[in-house]
Amino acid sequence: MVAIAEKFVRPRSRFGSILDRPKILGPLFVSPAILYVLALVGAPFCLALYYSVSAYTIYSQSYKFVGLANFVQIFGSDIFRTTLVNTFIFTFGSQILGLVLGKFGALLLLKPFPGRKIVRALIVLPWAVPVALATVAWEWMFDSLYSVINWTFIALGVIDRSDAPNWLGNPHLAMLCVMVVNAWRFFPFAIVIFLAGITAVPQDVIDAATVDGAGFWRRNYQIIVPIIAPIVVVGLIFGTVFTFTDLSIVYLLTNGGPVNATSVLGFEGFQVGIVSGDVAHGAAISLVMLPVLFVLVVVMLRFIRRREI
Amino acid sequence: MAAVQATDIVKQFEGVAAVNGISLAIPDGEFMVLLGPSGCGKTTFLRIICGLEKQTGGDIVIGGNVVNELPPRARGVAMMFQSYGLYPHYTVRKNIGFPLRTQRVASAEIKKKVGWAAELLGITHLLDRRPRQLSGGERQRVALARALVREPTVLLLDEPLSNLDAKLRASARNEIKAFQQRVGTTTIYVTHDQVEAMGMGDRIAVIDHGQIRQVGTPTAIYDDPADRFVATFVGTPPMNLVNWNGGHLGFRPENFLPKEMVESGDVTDFSFRVDRSEYLGSERIVYGTLEGLESATEITAKLPPAHVAFENIRPGEYHPYAVRNATLCYFDKDGKRANRH
Amino acid sequence: MPRPLANALSQVGFYSAVAFFVILAAFPFYWMAITAFKTNADLYDISNIPFWFNDPPTLEHIEYLFTQTLFARWLLNSAIIGVCVVGITLVTALPAAYSLARMTGRSGEALGIGIFLTYLVPPTLLFLPLSRVITMLGMQDSLWALVLVYPTFTIPFCTWLLMGFFKAIPREIEEAAIVDGCSVFSAFIKMVIPLSVPAILTVVIFTFTLTLQEFVYALTFISSSSQKTITLGVATDLVRGDIYFWGELMAGALIAAVPVAIAYNLFLDRFIAGITGGAVK
Repeated sequence: MVAIAEKFVRPRSRFGSILDRPKILGPLFVSPAILYVLALVGAPFCLALYYSVSAYTIYSQSYKFVGLANFVQIFGSDIFRTTLVNTFIFTFGSQILGLVLGKFGALLLLKPFPGRKIVRALIVLPWAVPVALATVAWEWMFDSLYSVINWTFIALGVIDRSDAPNWLGNPHLAMLCVMVVNAWRFFPFAIVIFLAGITAVPQDVIDAATVDGAGFWRRNYQIIVPIIAPIVVVGLIFGTVFTFTDLSIVYLLTNGGPVNATSVLGFEGFQVGIVSGDVAHGAAISLVMLPVLFVLVVVMLRFIRRREI
Repeated sequence: MAAVQATDIVKQFEGVAAVNGISLAIPDGEFMVLLGPSGCGKTTFLRIICGLEKQTGGDIVIGGNVVNELPPRARGVAMMFQSYGLYPHYTVRKNIGFPLRTQRVASAEIKKKVGWAAELLGITHLLDRRPRQLSGGERQRVALARALVREPTVLLLDEPLSNLDAKLRASARNEIKAFQQRVGTTTIYVTHDQVEAMGMGDRIAVIDHGQIRQVGTPTAIYDDPADRFVATFVGTPPMNLVNWNGGHLGFRPENFLPKEMVESGDVTDFSFRVDRSEYLGSERIVYGTLEGLESATEITAKLPPAHVAFENIRPGEYHPYAVRNATLCYFDKDGKRANRH
Repeated sequence: MPRPLANALSQVGFYSAVAFFVILAAFPFYWMAITAFKTNADLYDISNIPFWFNDPPTLEHIEYLFTQTLFARWLLNSAIIGVCVVGITLVTALPAAYSLARMTGRSGEALGIGIFLTYLVPPTLLFLPLSRVITMLGMQDSLWALVLVYPTFTIPFCTWLLMGFFKAIPREIEEAAIVDGCSVFSAFIKMVIPLSVPAILTVVIFTFTLTLQEFVYALTFISSSSQKTITLGVATDLVRGDIYFWGELMAGALIAAVPVAIAYNLFLDRFIAGITGGAVK
């Protein structure tokens, strides 16, 4: 052993043997990332779980265990129940609107035409730029006095200046507005995901199905959909998770108002936990999101697995 | 340059043995071919020799030193990969010089050696190109130059010709063989192609299911196979086998001839029913059936095409054929060879 | 209907649909841009047609941003945060992704999916405990809190993205390097890193844009104007009392949005490949 080391090996550092062994180097390489995520996602997550069953506020930092009392209290609150319903309306409304826009947009962008690249670049804008900044632009467009939308309707003679809608001041319109802005932010993502899915279908598979006598519908639903489903579902679950847990659009556009009409779980958790400092109840409100997230993640895992087979 | 000795090498992947007790001694300067079907463990064995895989059990000795615990770079071996593994971000010059640079060889010396290796393989004009600008044959030469430039103790080649087209493959075969004879480096060459194995190897180790079935010169492997696997794996068409006393009787298609072509004497006679014949230019392959044995057996015969007797072979006809007994191989019921020449 | 007419009509229909989508997507940005360069007199006169300049364009809002607000400071803060987070992300995600792609086998595959899923844990679930953690570390109301927290979503995403790229590099290249005299580690440094430059560039761009886009953590952890990021500062700090200064707001939003939009568009395809888990080859 020593003899060959002298014969073949140039002088090695003390760490030489570690740097040669994938079995040691592998865990060593991956551990910083794992530790970072464990420390700043895993541990806080557990802490959130604990807060939700404690009496912790920033004024009285008590870790006293109170069982499910926090959950009982929040479910007893009218504001919370409105918030919960709002969250689902907001999520499903804006996702469906975004998906419809996304599907049609993808069909338009599927075939090449002059200027397609520029069109795609423009269409992607709502998703690319920071959502907070785009929301501020929408706020300006929904302005009670200088709304460009109202100006256009008035100029077209559709409505009269005296009964121009106060977009963010009316509870129903305000909900519509946050949904529209979220759908607007989301649909470019849906377009791109659909396009990615469709282009992942190999042309020879479609050709083979056509030769085998599969008609348009059969081709679509037995060949194309199963191939693009894993891609599209994984992408769309992303969109749903981010919509379901978001607070920035609501925070900036309506601040939850008018009268909690647009309050959603993320926003309410922020109001209670951060603004009012009632960490325990805030954590409980945020954790109500967890079962929904869990279901979404399970669905997503199934599709990731399927992709790998 | 060095001799290589492997003793009882075992490699298990998740409980499955890819290499199952291989022992092989390769003397200094030999061109050893590891031949076997895909998935037989030959590549795994090669990777164990160079240190890319660690064996589960057994010893590798290179140049008299046990290298089990040494990383590949400390073993003094060079390897040429199936798709060459050229470094795409380096020029050919840097590719060839890389093994020297990692050993901190002085740059003047590197320049000299790269020039030497490039000239040897006729790729001097390619030195400033990048791998993706090269043809398949050129890439193969660059890979060979890179493997040779530091004058390795052992040269390992893993199916180096499988990415070349058929024509190029024949010339590359000659080149590698001629080259190895000139530099005399101990060479271990993995292939599933018996033509490469027969044409290039000083000796061939036939491997199947992680075990060596036979080691020998090409002549020994072909004429004197150790078992039924070797007999049928080497040779196209493969050796004919007919049931015989619970075991098998084997004979090569080119030894199975019309009776009048076999000099009389110590021969075994057969009645051969011709089913079909193929004219391949340099030979004629006749497919047919032997009857009157324990069961009817499909048999091929390989005949020189110009012989007058074959112009009138018709399907369905019976012809008297014979095999010289000296070329017959007997295999017992386990497939082991019962008689050795 | 004669064929050429039918064709022309379907062309018209197609391009009107395209136009609808382009206007829907891009109008708010046009609106941002035109507002940023309009005089106040032009902006707040409802008898003016709002879609173009009724008075000559002006740079007064942009000038105001840079002279009367902390806008330049926010830009600097965002740049500092971006650079630090990119650094932390590369240093942790590059080796992690390589390990998961090459050195840890089947358990690496599962671990990779696990890391990726943490990308889905929303800020609104973690901001309460994290704000406690940050207070404990004495980083409350400091941009360093964001430097600490942003890698929690950039590391998972970039590890996943890089895993896909590393798997696409032929293993033989590293093995050849190892036989040619490299250790496993130096093969990673000398072969894998140089061959991954496009992937690393993608990771840099996306980490940077993700930090610019982030709003929830910034809102939660930062309250002093001087520590705010560009996104947070523009969205929350340009409002004085209840009065909005739309010209300055839109100018600020525009300046912050344009580079992000360009970067995003350039690397869009790689981003999609990452998010769909490398299913798109």
